[in-house]
Amino acid sequence: MEYKDYYKILGVGKDATQDEIKKAYRKLARKYHPDVSKEPDADRRFKEIGEAYEVLKDPEKRAAYDQLGPNWQAGQDFRPPPDWDAGFEFSGGGFTAGDAADYSDFFELLFGRRKGGRYQDPGGYQRAGSYTTFKARGEDHRARILIDLEDSYRGATREIILKKPVVTPEGHVRTEERTIRVRIPRGIKPGQHIRLKGQGSPGIGGGPAGDLLLEVEFNPHRLYRVEGADVYLDLPVAPWEAALGATVKVPTPAGQVDLKIPPGSYQGRKLRLRGRGIPSRKPGDFYVVLQIALPPADTEKAKEVYRKMAEELPFNPREGLGV
Amino acid sequence: MDVKKELLPVVEGIILEEQEGVTLGDLCRMCSVHADYVLDLVEEGILEPLEGRAGMYRFQGDCVIRTRKAVALQRDMGVNLPGVALALQLLDEIETLRERLRRLEDRQEPVLP
Repeated sequence: MEYKDYYKILGVGKDATQDEIKKAYRKLARKYHPDVSKEPDADRRFKEIGEAYEVLKDPEKRAAYDQLGPNWQAGQDFRPPPDWDAGFEFSGGGFTAGDAADYSDFFELLFGRRKGGRYQDPGGYQRAGSYTTFKARGEDHRARILIDLEDSYRGATREIILKKPVVTPEGHVRTEERTIRVRIPRGIKPGQHIRLKGQGSPGIGGGPAGDLLLEVEFNPHRLYRVEGADVYLDLPVAPWEAALGATVKVPTPAGQVDLKIPPGSYQGRKLRLRGRGIPSRKPGDFYVVLQIALPPADTEKAKEVYRKMAEELPFNPREGLGV
Repeated sequence: MDVKKELLPVVEGIILEEQEGVTLGDLCRMCSVHADYVLDLVEEGILEPLEGRAGMYRFQGDCVIRTRKAVALQRDMGVNLPGVALALQLLDEIETLRERLRRLEDRQEPVLP
C-alpha cells in the first residue's frame, strides 16, 4: 500500500490552517474539475485532490492522519500501525462526499471502515432522492470512447472494458473488470453521450441499477472535419477546373460522389451537399471547400503556359492592396 | 491458433442528447436530485424545458448532463446557483471558441519565408 501525502497533493504545508486548506482545494478543484478542465489528466488529479481534501478538511480525520507521523514519503510502502485510530471519534461514517469508489486503497485502509468494523455503504451518503426506505438507484458510471467518423455514418459495435467497484465481504472496495459490447448509434455526434440503461452500479435494496453514460469523441480524420452534424472536406482543384467549371469525383464518408464545380469558382468557395453530413434525424450537410492547387512550373512546357497567361491575362492579384 | 472468440451480446444504447420528452421525474431519477432542485435550475435559466402542456415539464436529454454538471459544481466548488449559471455559460462559450480555434489551426498552412 502506498503512502499518500495529502498535504503535498494540495500543495500546502503541514501547519496549514483549515482556511488555507480550503483555499488550496478550491483553487485546484477549479483547475482540475472534470466538468471544467481540459487538462489531459484532470479526472485522476481531481479525484486525488478530492481525497486529500476529504481527509484534511475534517479536523478529526486530519488529526488521525497527522499522527501517522511526519516521516512518511509519498509512494512509500505503508502499513498502518495497529490501533492507529484509537481514541479518535469520527462523526458519521468513513465517507462523506465524492465518489467513494474512486478513493485510493490508502484512504480506504484508513477511513474506509466505521469504528467497530462496520462498513459504511458507499452508496449511502449521496442519496438526494426522496427515498424513505433504504432503497436506492445504483450509481451511474461514465466513460469516454473514441470512434471514427465512419462509425457514426454506418453505426458500429465496440467492445468496452469497464471497471466496476465491488464491495468485498471484508468491507473493502475493489475494482472488477468486465467487457461489454456496445452498439454505437448511427448519427451520433462528437460530445454526445450514449446512455446504456441499467449498465451502471446495481441498485441497493431493490432499487434500479444505474446507467452507463459513454461520452463519444471522434478520432481526428485524415480527410474530414466535423462541426456539429456538418462534415467538411478540403478539395484540391486545378485553376482551370475552378475557372471553367468541371465535374470531379469527391470522397464522402458514405462513398464517392460526382460533384459539379460551377464555372467562376474561387479559392475557399464552399459547395454544399445537402443532407450528406452526419445522418441523424436532422442530418447534417457535407461541405466541400475548394482549394486551388497550382500546377508546378517544372517543365519548359509548363513555364511556357504560365508565360502566356502572364502576357495575355490583364490580371493584378494585388488590386485590393492599392498597388 | 485460430480460436473463434465467442461474441458478447450487444448492448443497445440511445443518444442521450437526442432523447426527447424526459419528464421531471426521469430527470430527478437520472441525476439523483429533488424536483425542487430542477425547478430552481429552470428558474435560474440553467435548464430550458421544451414547450409543452402547462404544468407538465418535458426536457431534452442534454438537460441530464447539464443538471449533473450543476450538481457537481455546487458540491465540489461551493458555488451558488447564479454562479453555476455563469460557469456553465462561460464553459459553453469556451467550448465554442476552442472549436473555432481548432478548426482555424487545422487549416493553417505553413507560412513560407
